[in-house]
Amino acid sequence: MTGGGTGLHGRLRRLLGVMVAATMVGAAAVGCGGSDEGSSGDGTVTLEFAQWWAPELPAGSFDKLMTEFTTQNPTIKVKLLSGPYASTKQQLVSGAASKTLPDVVGLDGAWVSDFAKQGAIADLTALMADAKYDSSQLASQIQVKGKTYMIPVVNFVYPMFVNNDLLTKAGVSAPPSTRTEFLDAAKKVSALGGNVKGWALPLDTAVPNGIQNDVMSWLWASGGSMLKDGQPDLTNAQVKSTVEYVKSLNDAGVIAPGSLTMKEQDKVEKFTTGQVGMVIDSLAHITLIKKNNPTLKFTVAPIPAEDGYTGKRGIPYASWGIGVADSSKHKAEAFKLVQFLMSEQTNAQLSTLANGFPGNKTAEPDFSTSDPLFKTAFDIYQAGTPANEFVGLPKSEDLMRSFDEQLQLALTGKQTVDEALTKSQQAWASEF
Amino acid sequence: MEPAKLDHAARPRAAAVTPETPAAPAGKARRFSARGFVPYGYLSPTMILVFVLMVIPIAMVVSYSFKDNVIVEQNPVFAGLANYTEVLTDPDFLAALKNTFIFITVSTVAHLILGLAFAMMLNTPLLGGVTKAIFRIVYILPWLFTVAVIAVIWRLMLDPSGVVNYILTTVGGMQEGVNWLSDPSTALWALTFINIWAGFPFFMISILAGLQGISPDLYEAASVDGANSFQQFRNVTIPQLRPVLISMAVLDLIWTSQQFALIWMTTGGGPLNVTEMLSTYTYKQAFSSYEFATASASAVIVLLLTMILAFFYVRLQKER
Repeated sequence: MTGGGTGLHGRLRRLLGVMVAATMVGAAAVGCGGSDEGSSGDGTVTLEFAQWWAPELPAGSFDKLMTEFTTQNPTIKVKLLSGPYASTKQQLVSGAASKTLPDVVGLDGAWVSDFAKQGAIADLTALMADAKYDSSQLASQIQVKGKTYMIPVVNFVYPMFVNNDLLTKAGVSAPPSTRTEFLDAAKKVSALGGNVKGWALPLDTAVPNGIQNDVMSWLWASGGSMLKDGQPDLTNAQVKSTVEYVKSLNDAGVIAPGSLTMKEQDKVEKFTTGQVGMVIDSLAHITLIKKNNPTLKFTVAPIPAEDGYTGKRGIPYASWGIGVADSSKHKAEAFKLVQFLMSEQTNAQLSTLANGFPGNKTAEPDFSTSDPLFKTAFDIYQAGTPANEFVGLPKSEDLMRSFDEQLQLALTGKQTVDEALTKSQQAWASEF
Repeated sequence: MEPAKLDHAARPRAAAVTPETPAAPAGKARRFSARGFVPYGYLSPTMILVFVLMVIPIAMVVSYSFKDNVIVEQNPVFAGLANYTEVLTDPDFLAALKNTFIFITVSTVAHLILGLAFAMMLNTPLLGGVTKAIFRIVYILPWLFTVAVIAVIWRLMLDPSGVVNYILTTVGGMQEGVNWLSDPSTALWALTFINIWAGFPFFMISILAGLQGISPDLYEAASVDGANSFQQFRNVTIPQLRPVLISMAVLDLIWTSQQFALIWMTTGGGPLNVTEMLSTYTYKQAFSSYEFATASASAVIVLLLTMILAFFYVRLQKER
């Protein structure tokens, strides 16, 4: 018995030993692998493309575009790495830090400066020159120190959304066009009582883009600027007038409660459920609002400007931008994918699918089957000028957050508007 | 002359020992040494995983904390303790430290009290089996939800126009609702309440298991000695549960200090930084300010603070 047991024990030990050795060899193989990542023996290149776009488009539509690209370029395959915006950002920040970014990356203009500074994304000016690409067809390019690092593929504008029923009920016949009209309309809507307020202002500091979309949009709509010669200029008269106006709305009690930790989705939810009369929001939410409340009657209008302002109105926008990883071994192939997405036909197709406006000047989105509000918004977009001064700034999210914190102190009466702007100016200056 | 004498004396001893010890055959010695490595072979997959997934990342974070402009610059320079000085003198970090202390202390104490109260209720012979089963399911529900669901549920309930304010203004007699998560005076307490709600069932289940392990003989003996219910609770229940309670409390302090998702999804550290914790502070430093060096220094400080708690936990376990 003992002898038999020992034999079995020995065999088990040998078997385990073999398994351990195999595990170690496997681990070593994994560790040493990937020296020629993305290439296969037959010369086919597989590009990794990380973006948050596919989940926001109709199911399967982005995969179809990629199949079309592969048909046109049989030696290039595309592996989509899709996720929500926030997780894509986190993934890209980590990838940029470890120099393991996917070959092609979806970018937000707010990230470009930092990624470029890290050397994580490639200079597209050089890639365009290598590919003899005609960049005159591009509506815009995001540059850092004179070099292009991001090309906006689709743009989403942020007009003012107006709840027609609430405004009519409050005795306001047309969407407000000036700041005075807006304050008056917001007061009348708030006077309706219940949980209804005139406006929603999301100031959550976790994702502080409310500063860009809901605060600075008032400044840009009146032709103002928060920069001077590329440097922060937050103490100028126009910025002060904007912040004082936002504070006057707060003091008048027309802003939906809970704004200090309100998130963008809360703002959309409150508008959808008829709790606020007016919001500044992305066009991309039209479909969502209509899906969640098909009976809601609303329209889009330009953001009100200062009384007496007659110039072109700036309209905030956000982009689905595209860039190429500097660490990519297949930059030429990666740029072919960029070219494909920026081509007149594909760009128009993608813009139509995304309910956005094309990054290629010659592309024309098809509004024939879209909601008529997109056509209205396109007219507002063409009459005004796209404005987003945070694009390309260093640590732009941090800039928004520091401004947000100072604004919150001003709104809660813990400091004056002047103090808030002076402190924000100091904080921003140190980042520049 | 002395050393020569010693040498001379040593040699015969060695010579005397050698013949008594049979020389091991060369093959057997090799087998013995090979067999000596076998246990390490078995441990190697785990050791490799621990090394790759724990030792290397921790070592990297520690090394980052001593460099300047790490990650964002191609060639970061050694900065000594500058990052630690910067973090420890940052008012936001000190506020986060204070908030974290309040958050984890209040959460842990409340978890213990609520967990003990509900566990005793579920252990009482006054309730029938079916009633206990129903209560057990109801009480454990908060623990089954994911953090994202908990955050969404409570954001909706604590919304200024949410159900909590509705009840308070209609039934509770309040004139107007409270901005629970966006008012600087209530946000930290509201967040702590959510964390208490989400975490007490784990305490309840663990303490219930401890209560069921207490011998009825002890209560019988106490009863014979004339002890009333409170005296039995103080002199039998608490001493018997002490090891469980202390272990759970230390573990909860560690877990709660690492809470991030709930804070991020409810208040994001606001309003006015009143719910900023060490976890959110570190995250913002890394992923918003791109200050990976100060983020690493902050993370190392958190690691050290957690290790103090871990040290007490391990010592308690050894004592047991």
